[in-house]
Order: sequence, then structure tokens, then C-alpha cells
Amino acid sequence: MRRTLKLCTILTFAFLYIPILVLVVASFNAGHDIAQFQGFTLYNYGELFEDKFLLLLLRNSFIMAIVSAVLATAIGTLAAIGIQAMAPRVRSAVMSVTNIPLTNPDIVTGVSLALLFSFVGLLLKRQDAMLGFATLLIAHVTFNLPYVILSVLPKLRQMDPSLRDAALDLGCRPYQAFFKVTIFEILPGIISGFIMAFTMSLDDFVISYFVYGPKFITLPVEIYTQTKKPLHPKIYALFTLMFFAMLLLMIIMNLLQSRDEKRRRNRIFPLGAR
Amino acid sequence: MRNKLAAAPYLLWMFIFILAPLAVVAYFAFTDRSGAFTLSNLASLQNYTPIFVTSVVLALIAALICLIIAYPVAYFMALADPFIQRLLMMLVMLPMCMSFLLRTMALVALLDDTGIINSFLGNLGIAPLPLTRNNAAVVLGMVYNFLPYMILPLYTVMEKIDPRLIEAAQDLGCDSRQTFTKVILPLSKSGIISGFTMVFVPAVSTFYISNKLGGTSTVLIGDVIESQFKTAYNPNLGAAMALGLMVLVLLCIFLMNHFTDDDDEEVITL
Amino acid sequence: MKQSRFFTAVLAAALMLSLTAPLAAAAPAAAPDTGVTINVYNWGMYISDGTDGYLDVNKAFTEATGIKVNYMTYDSNETLYTKLKTGGVSYDVIIPSDYMVARLIEEDMLEPINFNNVPNYQYIDQSFRDQAYDPDNAYSIPYTWGTVGLIYNTKYVEKPVTSWDLMWDEDYAGKILMFDNPRDAFAIAQFRLGHSINTEDAADLQAAADELTTQKPLVQQYVMDQIFDKMQREEAYVGAYYAGDYLMMAEENENLAFCFPEEGFNVFIDALCIPKGAANKDAAEAYINFLCSPEISGQNLDYLGYSTPISEAKAYMDPEMATSDIAYPDAETLSRAQSFTNLSPDTLQDMDSLWLSVKATGEGNTLLFVGVGLALVLVVVLVVANQTKKKKMSARKGNKK
Repeated sequence: MRRTLKLCTILTFAFLYIPILVLVVASFNAGHDIAQFQGFTLYNYGELFEDKFLLLLLRNSFIMAIVSAVLATAIGTLAAIGIQAMAPRVRSAVMSVTNIPLTNPDIVTGVSLALLFSFVGLLLKRQDAMLGFATLLIAHVTFNLPYVILSVLPKLRQMDPSLRDAALDLGCRPYQAFFKVTIFEILPGIISGFIMAFTMSLDDFVISYFVYGPKFITLPVEIYTQTKKPLHPKIYALFTLMFFAMLLLMIIMNLLQSRDEKRRRNRIFPLGAR
Repeated sequence: MRNKLAAAPYLLWMFIFILAPLAVVAYFAFTDRSGAFTLSNLASLQNYTPIFVTSVVLALIAALICLIIAYPVAYFMALADPFIQRLLMMLVMLPMCMSFLLRTMALVALLDDTGIINSFLGNLGIAPLPLTRNNAAVVLGMVYNFLPYMILPLYTVMEKIDPRLIEAAQDLGCDSRQTFTKVILPLSKSGIISGFTMVFVPAVSTFYISNKLGGTSTVLIGDVIESQFKTAYNPNLGAAMALGLMVLVLLCIFLMNHFTDDDDEEVITL
Repeated sequence: MKQSRFFTAVLAAALMLSLTAPLAAAAPAAAPDTGVTINVYNWGMYISDGTDGYLDVNKAFTEATGIKVNYMTYDSNETLYTKLKTGGVSYDVIIPSDYMVARLIEEDMLEPINFNNVPNYQYIDQSFRDQAYDPDNAYSIPYTWGTVGLIYNTKYVEKPVTSWDLMWDEDYAGKILMFDNPRDAFAIAQFRLGHSINTEDAADLQAAADELTTQKPLVQQYVMDQIFDKMQREEAYVGAYYAGDYLMMAEENENLAFCFPEEGFNVFIDALCIPKGAANKDAAEAYINFLCSPEISGQNLDYLGYSTPISEAKAYMDPEMATSDIAYPDAETLSRAQSFTNLSPDTLQDMDSLWLSVKATGEGNTLLFVGVGLALVLVVVLVVANQTKKKKMSARKGNKK
């Protein structure tokens, strides 16, 4: 039984990683054809670093991911606190709207925002440069918000309300209570919401595709344009570098997390919380 | 409670960028090029019924296959020791962070008639297999792209199952099949539902996968919507199709939510 | 104010370049950065970008004028049109084909070009001026011209090729690549049917659509620039595409051959235009002027394989390219060619919806799908019913307690 499960798992991971391996190998391929390996080379990496345009787009993608994740985390955390304080009926109404970007297909979200922008453009008689950094940012924050809210809310729910009450009793103003007590209790939720928002935004193609403008293009959108013509192998080189960067990042995060957990296990919880 | 005010910026955002766009979609769906009211866009949707059916069927098959593949993997992960758990979790999440466009291109490179698999088979003297440009290839592409969305919620739920419950079941005389059907399966139901939704929704609306891996007869809703907005300038028909897709997805989710016992909280994972 | 001073600087730089370039081919010292960036929206694979030691046109332009180029690509005239029409974007230079230029002029989407800023217009051959799509020579300047023809792989296609029938040949089922845009795709069907490619007749359009539907099961994929990869790697054996791109493909795979079909074929001019709302019109004109200098046009098209409307540019090409009878077919061959004209909005909409229905109709297996779909729905309903029953029962149990 256990062995069958293990076999299934190994096969599944092979399935997930073979295409990635193909791309990594292709990045070292001297030939242009992804299906035929014609010798090892680092030429594609050289080409990649020569390509100012691709590097600019990579930078754009990171800027977009960071700015939208920060905004979404700020608005979303506040929203979660507010939602937690709402009457149950209002709360469930707000939550069902919050769920819309999650349950709606990306293409519908993208199209709806694109139509909104062009509609507003029509109203303002401003057909020119509407689409750009701002519209892209709005779209990214919109699809990031639910992730932040849904990862902060459970932490708020788990939090012992008496902690905050104690702070208030001890003379804290509500915002002080927030910054001195609440925020530390829900920090893990905020962090995981931020990370989720960041990665979703970094890799988003479908929604960005409908709302980007020529002045601010992100990497996934450009990759899509590139896949419409013969792909230059430097794209594979970029993919490989990003893959290993991501891998490294995840390993580091994991190590930190496991150290954190070990430390927590050794600590004694005075109030017996959790 | 002044705390409620904290949600104000979000509520504003929500109205402007979640609800208003949907209203605009409806506006476009019910108007023609000149802006006059019309039902013809929605009426013409019936011409695309086969496309809707194909999309739903392919997405359902893909979700089902994902479930079958992901279940044992998630179960294995939940049983493994913490280090392995964390490692595997990382390996599941890693592909999700990488460009799905390029990963799909890699799949194409594997499956093409002159692709990696077929040229390997060719070396062995086997004639090229029709691996790509058919519905099966599209389903494969969907499974490949969305499998992690199935594994993660399943794993999250299974990890929470108290091992003592399983022990208890065994002590009470359940064999491993019974333990599975009576304890593990019911307890992982919410994970199954949320995984199913998380695979189904992107799969039913994809346009890239069908474009690259489908043949000329595999056209999905996503392809048509995309073409209305990107090549055949007809946002009104596109909006009508988007509306149709949205209703379809909501209907499916509504149906699936009937399975869950409590609609209190859904399992969310990256 | 600032605008006009900048304009003088650009003009001076551009003029200098056009004057000195033919004399001294050596790279001039880089011009100071003007801080201006123009958005250029061009076809994919449609400019020499420095590959294989050819000229990098955009880089050369930036070096010569100090104007940066933000370069983006599209894959069909229809994509370009949709992008412009959807709004929210501002491009400075676009390169539509003849019929699309006419459509854009008709819909008042182009800015008239100030020809004083484009002195290199003098080099454009007389035969490429006064075109029907831009009768007043006000909105467009030819960038390239070319033809559409049959591309096939001689390794797999052994019969003599003379006709578009090859695209309907069942011997090559699953190995045929067809245009992924309505105008080019319909034209091939119309040539085969002997109809005009500019017909407005609904019955003719329907006939062409039927022809395309017949062809569909044989088609491997509807493609644009993806054809490069597929033909070079021999994933497909037969395709219809632009002659210039054939020349580029043939460099990678020597088995590829080209044919001007006997039924006739499309000849087109792609022209440089400035869309309404362009933010940097003067810089855009400097860019257009740059592309029209014989030296640049020659080097650019030497790489692209498309045909130049500037005879003097041939001096800067590889002689083999300048005399290629695929890039520059003889008069007799060209007598079979037809060019597109703009169609009425109604016809265009008809064509669009016919094209969508060609692409979207599945053959035969629809019924199967409906069957499978119904079965699945049934399963879902059953399970749901089962579940609710259980839920009720457990609720009742709970109540008892």
C-alpha cells in the first residue's frame, strides 16, 4: 500500500518536472530546435544578458509584483479587520463579493476590467494612453485582494479577543492596540498573504494580457507574444534562471520556517494559547 | 465598533473594480456596436453550444483525472514525515510559480510529430504516434497545468485528519479499504470539492492550452472570447460569451458546493 | 515650444544621417539621448534585429537620433485593428497592409504624415506611389511589398506543384498549415474558386467559407508566424505564407520550395503610418524617414527577405537577394496577382463571423460530446441527490440527540 502510494507520487512529480527539465536542457542547447540537442553552450545566457528589453520587462514584472502585493496586503489586512467586526449578514455579503475574483475565470476578470477601462475611456473622451502601469496595477491588486483577505481572516478568528481587550483596558487607543498587539498575532497570515499576492502577480498572464498597454509590459505578456513566433532560446535561459532563483528562495523560506517551528516547540506557552 | 471602518477602502475598491466591471460586461453584452439595446449577442450564444459543451466536458475530464492522480499523492504527503512533507509541498508549489506558457510550450515540444518523444520512438523504429493536436492532448495540458491546484487543497485537508481516528477505525476492525471509505474519504471531501473547483474553473476557460495542444477542431470558450477581444473586434459578442461563461461556472460551483457539509470556510492555499 | 526645438534637432539629425550615410557607411557617433521614446507596433519577425550579424535597425535608429524605440509586435492586420480600436493605447508608428490602411483612413484613425519631415520619400519608386488605398499619398509610406504563395517541403511533396489544390490535398492531411486570419484565408479559397478576392457578394463569401470548412479536417493548425518553426522542423509539409518569410525559412531548411499558384495570388504593400493620438509625431516621422533611407531599407530587407519599394536599396543587399525571382517575380508572374481593397463594414463583419464559424465548427463528434456531457450531468445530479438525502438523515439524527 505504502509502496504504491510512493510510486504514484514519484511518477506524478516526474510528470510535473519533465517539461521543466526540457526547458532547462533547451537553455544549454547550441541548436535552435528544442527537440534536438546539438551540443552544450552558454551562448543563450550571453544573449539573454545582452537583451536589454527582456531584462527591462523582468524588472517591470518585479516592480508590478511588489507594488501590487504591498497595496493588496495593506488594503486587504485592513479589510479583514473590518470584515471581522461586521455583523454576520453583512459579512457574508461582503465575503461573497470577495470570492468573485477567485471563482470567476481569469479571462472573465481580465475582460471585465478591460471593458471597464475602455468604458471609462469613452466617458472621459480619452481614447489614448489609458492602458498602462495604473490599469495593470489596478487589475493586479484586484485579483490579489481576496488572497490576502482569506489568509488574514482565519488568523483574526483564531486570535484571542481578550488580548486586544487587555491592551485597550491598559489604555491603548484602538490603533495602538492594532500596532502593538493585533498585528503580531496575525503576522503569519499577512506574510503568507503577501507572498501569495507577490507570486500570483509575478506570474499572471491572462488578466494582464487584457489590460496592459505599450508603455508597461510585463514578462509573461511578452513571452506570450514571443511564443507566436519562433522562440529564441534565450527565453529558455531566462526560464532556467528564474526556476533556480525560485527554488533557492523556497529552500530558504523552508529552512527559516522549520527553524522557527523548532524554536516555537521549545518555548512554553504561558497562556496555553493553541 | 470603529473597526468596521477599516474595511472602507476595500469596500470602495470592491465596488469600483469588482462589481462595476461586471455591470459593464452586462452592458456590453446587451448592446450592439452603436450602443443600442439588443438581445442578439446573447441569442447568438446558442450557435456556440457545442463549444460550451466541449469546454465543460474537457474540463470535467481533466478535473477528474487530476483528482485520481492527486489523491494518492496528497495521501502520501500527509503520511510522510515532516521533512518530506515540506519538501514535497515545495516541489508542488514550484511549478505554479513558473510561466505556464513556457511549460506548455515544453509539452508541445515533447508531443509533436517531430517532438522529443516521437523522435525517441523513431530511433527505436516506431512510427510517430499522434500525441498532439487532439482532445486528449488538451486534457493532458490541462492536467499538467492545474494538477498542483488539486494536490494542495487535498493535502491541506488530509494533513489535518487526526491519525488517532484512523487508528480507532483500525482498532474497531476496519480493514484498510473500509478505513479509507469510512474515514479518510469523508473527511477529505471538502478538499476534493475545492480542488475540483480550482482545476475546473481555469480549465474550462483556458485559451492557451487548446490553442497550442488542440487540433483545428478543438476550440474552447476561452479561444472564442480571446479572439473577440484580440483579433475580430467584437467586444459585444465577447462580453456576451464572458457572461455565459460566468453563469456556467457559477452553476457548476453551486452544484459542487452541494457536496460540502459546511459552507463556512473554504480551503485556500496558494 | 519644447516640442518644436526637439523637432528641429531630430530633423537635423535625420537629415544629416540621410546625407552622410551613403557617403560614409561607418557608424556615426551616437546622438545624445533626446529623452523621447516612440512606440512602434509592427508585425512579428518584420524588422532586422541584429540576428546573425545583420543590422539592428532600432538600435541604429537610436544611435543616429537619440530617440528610443519601444518596439512591440502583432501577428495580423486584424489584431492591429482591434488593438487600435479597443483604445487605451497610443502608438507612434504602425505598419498595416494596403487594405487595412484604406480601412484606417476611412475610419479616420490615421494622422496625415508631414512629408517635409520625410525627405527620404524621394527614394520610393514611382510605381509604389499613388496607390488606391491612399489615393492622396497623405497617410502612408510603403515599407515593403510582397506576395503570398505556397510553401512546401520537397522531401515529402514529390508531385509537381502549381496550384492551391495542394492545400486541399488529402495526401498531406494533418501536415497542412493555413493562415490564421480571415482575409488571407478567404483569399486562398477564393482564388481556388475563381472568385474575386474583394468580392462583397454574400453567396461568394459563403462559398469560400464552405471551401475552408472542407479543408479544415486536413489542416494541422491555423498559424501565423508559428509557421517558421513548423516548416523548418518538418512538423508540417505544406503551407501558405508570405514569400519574404519563405526566403528566411529556406535559409534554415533547404528542402523548402515556393510556388506562385496558377489560380492567382495576393500581392500586398505594407505601409508605414502614424495612428491618431500618436504622442510623438515628429519622432515617428524621423523613424519613418530612417526606414526609408536606401541604405537602411536595403540592409533591413536583405535580412527580412521581403521586397523593397526603393530600387536604390538593392545596392545595399546581398546580390542574391536583390535578384531573387521570389522576392521580385517577373511581370508575367505578377500579372496573376491581385491586391486587396477595403471591404464595406457589413462584408467585413460577415467575413469575421463566417471565419469564426469555420474555426469553431467541430466535425461529427459534437453528438458524442453532448452524450458524454449529459451522462456526466446525470452522475452529478445523482450524487448530489444522494448527498442531500444523507445530509437530511444525519441532520435528523443530530436533532434526536
